[in-house]
Amino acid sequence: MSRAILSRAILPVLLALGLLALTAPSYAESMAFKSETIELPFGTPDFPPGPGVDAVKKNCLLCHSPRMILYQPTLTKEGWTKEVDKMINVFKAPVAKEDIPAIIDYLTHFQAAKE
Amino acid sequence: MAHHLMTRRFVLGAGAMGGLALLSKPSLARTMIDLGLPGGPAERQIITDFPEKAAMVLQRTRGPLLETPFDVFDKGVFTPNDQFFVRWHWAFIPNTVDVDGFALKVHGHVNQPLSLSLKELVKDFPRVELAAVNQCSGNSRGFFQPRVPGGEWGNGAMGNALWAGVRLKDVLDRAGVKSGAVQVRFSGLDQAFADAPRFIKSLDIDHARDGEVMIAYAMNGEQLPLLNGFPLRLIVPGWYSTYWIKMLNDIEVLDQPDDNFWMAKAYKIPDTPGANMKPGETDVPMVPINKMVPRSFITNLRSGDKVSANAPLLTRGIAFGGDCGVAKVDVSIDGGKTWTPAKLGKDEGKYGFRQWQAEPTLPAAGDYTLMVRCTNDNGLAQPDTPNWNPGGYMRNVIESVDVVAG
Repeated sequence: MSRAILSRAILPVLLALGLLALTAPSYAESMAFKSETIELPFGTPDFPPGPGVDAVKKNCLLCHSPRMILYQPTLTKEGWTKEVDKMINVFKAPVAKEDIPAIIDYLTHFQAAKE
Repeated sequence: MAHHLMTRRFVLGAGAMGGLALLSKPSLARTMIDLGLPGGPAERQIITDFPEKAAMVLQRTRGPLLETPFDVFDKGVFTPNDQFFVRWHWAFIPNTVDVDGFALKVHGHVNQPLSLSLKELVKDFPRVELAAVNQCSGNSRGFFQPRVPGGEWGNGAMGNALWAGVRLKDVLDRAGVKSGAVQVRFSGLDQAFADAPRFIKSLDIDHARDGEVMIAYAMNGEQLPLLNGFPLRLIVPGWYSTYWIKMLNDIEVLDQPDDNFWMAKAYKIPDTPGANMKPGETDVPMVPINKMVPRSFITNLRSGDKVSANAPLLTRGIAFGGDCGVAKVDVSIDGGKTWTPAKLGKDEGKYGFRQWQAEPTLPAAGDYTLMVRCTNDNGLAQPDTPNWNPGGYMRNVIESVDVVAG
């Protein structure tokens, strides 16, 4: 359909129906932002039981929810030690020193225990 | 691919609840998905109660890690906002942004520091639009073997959107970059825990001023979901999502290279073809992750599907070139021995998803491995063996689907 036909035949109809504004607003004017407030869910799964589980719950959930841990692949004790070190030294997690061995021990064994 | 398999399961933890209560609490119904991650754990919950989001694969509640269910990619090249993946490093993200009070600051090595309201940003600068894939550096990390720690994503930590906003270059020009500037650093409204390093990233000054990097205020024609970075997000076409700072409110022009943790230590890849190295290999030179590499996926067939032999088999999916467009997509029905070109769908822009389609005929009853391979405009093709690196970054091996013809 040509422009001329559009403007002559259809435009008045569209205008009458309110489907077209007389002056098309620029995108700038039409881009209206709306402040929204969201609420994030807080549901958290529990850890499988095992020695050291309380130390994990006490120290590891300030910065992230349990799934961060629960979905990790099986890692060696060395691998988990590296992760815990990173949380403490790089990400400044306030982990109680005396809890560190129990945390590493739990993490090393919970995947196998879960099976 | 096992990640398509879904099972419906009811969690009956609240045993004291009557049947009526159960019926009126549909959120107790848990749909699970198996991402097929080798060695597991591979099961994830499909969650529908995140704000602004429809069904998503729940990787982590806090800070939110939500994966796009893979079926979504079969529906079209643009990923809907309400199923676009979500990835935050820290849990400390504002749950609201005051539109009128928000300001984007530009400062540092500039002649005229700026503080721009959203209104000014929209009205005072030319609007640009660009389709671009936003993909997490660690998309598909869960398929690495040996497995590596991190966000254990399947293939859904990616999405393609039509972004609208302004050129970063235009904003930098308004501030007037002084000579001697080397990088530009970006940060958003999210906060780190206590003394931990805030999540901030930098681009070289020439990259920042290339006219393609943009500040987006719209995503697929609407304001961004808060979880995807409302009100402003940096768009770095062809580069991994780690640079696409969300809730962008601070741009700092630097006269020294950025040595902050997230540039100097994190998101480093081996400086080798395909970011590939051997597990345990030491002294590999590492560089910050940067341009994306080509990928392609079959989206309408799943491993285990029964299909007809001796008839054209509709096979379709998506591809993207990474840091350039898709040159071609080839399909194999014999496990990669021979390849046939697929037909490419409409080009929505070189940085976006491109749909492809083929109709191979499986000549006889039996098992077939269907494969798809993208070659990008730079001549780079997907590799037939997976890469490995300790960060779990840049996976782009040729994908396959096993079907049974009968």
